[in-house]
Amino acid sequence: MAVKVMIPTPLRVYAAKKDSAEVSAQTVGEALSGLTTQFADLRKHLFTEEGKLRSFVNVYLNDEDIRYMSKEATPVKDGDVVSIVPSIAGGTLAQ
Amino acid sequence: MATKTQTLGGTALATSLSNEEILRYSRHLIMPEVGMEGQLKLKNAKVLLIGTGGLGAPLGLYLAAAGVGKLGLVDFDVVDFTNLQRQVTFGTSDVGKHKSEAARARLSNLNPDIQIESFETQLTSTNALELFKDFDIVVDGTDNFPTRYLVNDACILLGKPNVYGSIFRFEGQTTVFGMSEGPCYRCLYPEPPPPGLVPSCAEGGVLGVLPGIVGSIQAMETIKLILGAGDSLIGRLLLFDALGMKFRELKLRKNPDCPMCGKNRTIHQLIDYHEFCGVRGEEAPAPDLKVPEMTPRELKARLDRGDDLYILDVREPHEYQICNLKGHLLPLGELPRRVYELDSSREIVAHCRSGKRSAEAVDFLRKAGFRKIHNLKGGILAWSDEVDPSVPKY
Repeated sequence: MAVKVMIPTPLRVYAAKKDSAEVSAQTVGEALSGLTTQFADLRKHLFTEEGKLRSFVNVYLNDEDIRYMSKEATPVKDGDVVSIVPSIAGGTLAQ
Repeated sequence: MATKTQTLGGTALATSLSNEEILRYSRHLIMPEVGMEGQLKLKNAKVLLIGTGGLGAPLGLYLAAAGVGKLGLVDFDVVDFTNLQRQVTFGTSDVGKHKSEAARARLSNLNPDIQIESFETQLTSTNALELFKDFDIVVDGTDNFPTRYLVNDACILLGKPNVYGSIFRFEGQTTVFGMSEGPCYRCLYPEPPPPGLVPSCAEGGVLGVLPGIVGSIQAMETIKLILGAGDSLIGRLLLFDALGMKFRELKLRKNPDCPMCGKNRTIHQLIDYHEFCGVRGEEAPAPDLKVPEMTPRELKARLDRGDDLYILDVREPHEYQICNLKGHLLPLGELPRRVYELDSSREIVAHCRSGKRSAEAVDFLRKAGFRKIHNLKGGILAWSDEVDPSVPKY
């Protein structure tokens, strides 16, 4: 299935400044793997060392949060859009 | 003409508008969606703005213009010259003043009929509940993760709506948290990102008008909540991409297992949010990399002596155009790929803007076997302060 993965601004620096990527996948998990295969630097920002999706990153299939579907096992179809939505706070040097 | 009031539960509620108010708000009153009834709701509403910066500017201005009867402004910060690019409540003459007071003065001028209270204080777990309790709606215009979690939790504990907005560079997010039927911030993001992973405006930059747009949307959502009009962003995350000029919407669900607003709440009081977010203190630096350093004065002395030093600038090309020490530009992100361009037999001094990125570069190069390498302490900012003030700071 051909799906589009939307890359949010804070992560574009690790994805050659692209705002989206086309991947071939059967599930959301495969779509994300496809993305991190294309852009290896993204991997550590999306996944922990154990391979779990980081909790300050949400993933949507079209407009639904995958946590309320089948998570990374959620199947995708042609033309679906997978969105990565990280938490942003703007502003101060909080680190 | 004095307005009539009635008392409800000890609080005096306005029940009429003066002739002057009717004239001021005439463009509201002639719309059936607002009318006299709606304007009175605005007049009797009490909204607390957390933050009077980029988001707080349009928020304060439009809520004051709309006639929200009581506005609270919470901000402990002072107006800085770099704020003027986006914090449009302030003027050049306000630089150095306390933001909450400067904002209060500006908004009072816009609308002297409303009550505006400024709280020049940092919002903390010890004062949040007390501050929030006298207001109906809280609007989150803050700029850091610990405060966002604090605002969320305090609103849930007190049962107040939290009109949320956040920005980064060209992107914004808005929604309304805190309603019983909708999610809270923790439903969306149970945990904050570790410090250092998401840059701030100072590091990532921001298009000044972006918080203007997002803050205006927050003001709109606040007014809609007060009026009970339209479709609120409760349960909807509005994503705004300014460069593509696209709005997208994602569904936000209430997490049934949310420790804050779920069926089995486990958080019953405010916590230490800095600890939760892994930040100690307001501007706690990331753990300092232990790398060999050279101060700007030491560098200047050695260059004047004629020492053969290789100045490595690990900033981005657009920063090099602002100011530079005529170093060799090799952005940090490209270092792993281009390390072969560097000669490890040379003595290298790496610098960036403030010394953080160059510390990472030095750490990386030492691990790659480079021995004669130093980090310029404080970066080009410190060079401007200590050696050559003609070098602009940014």
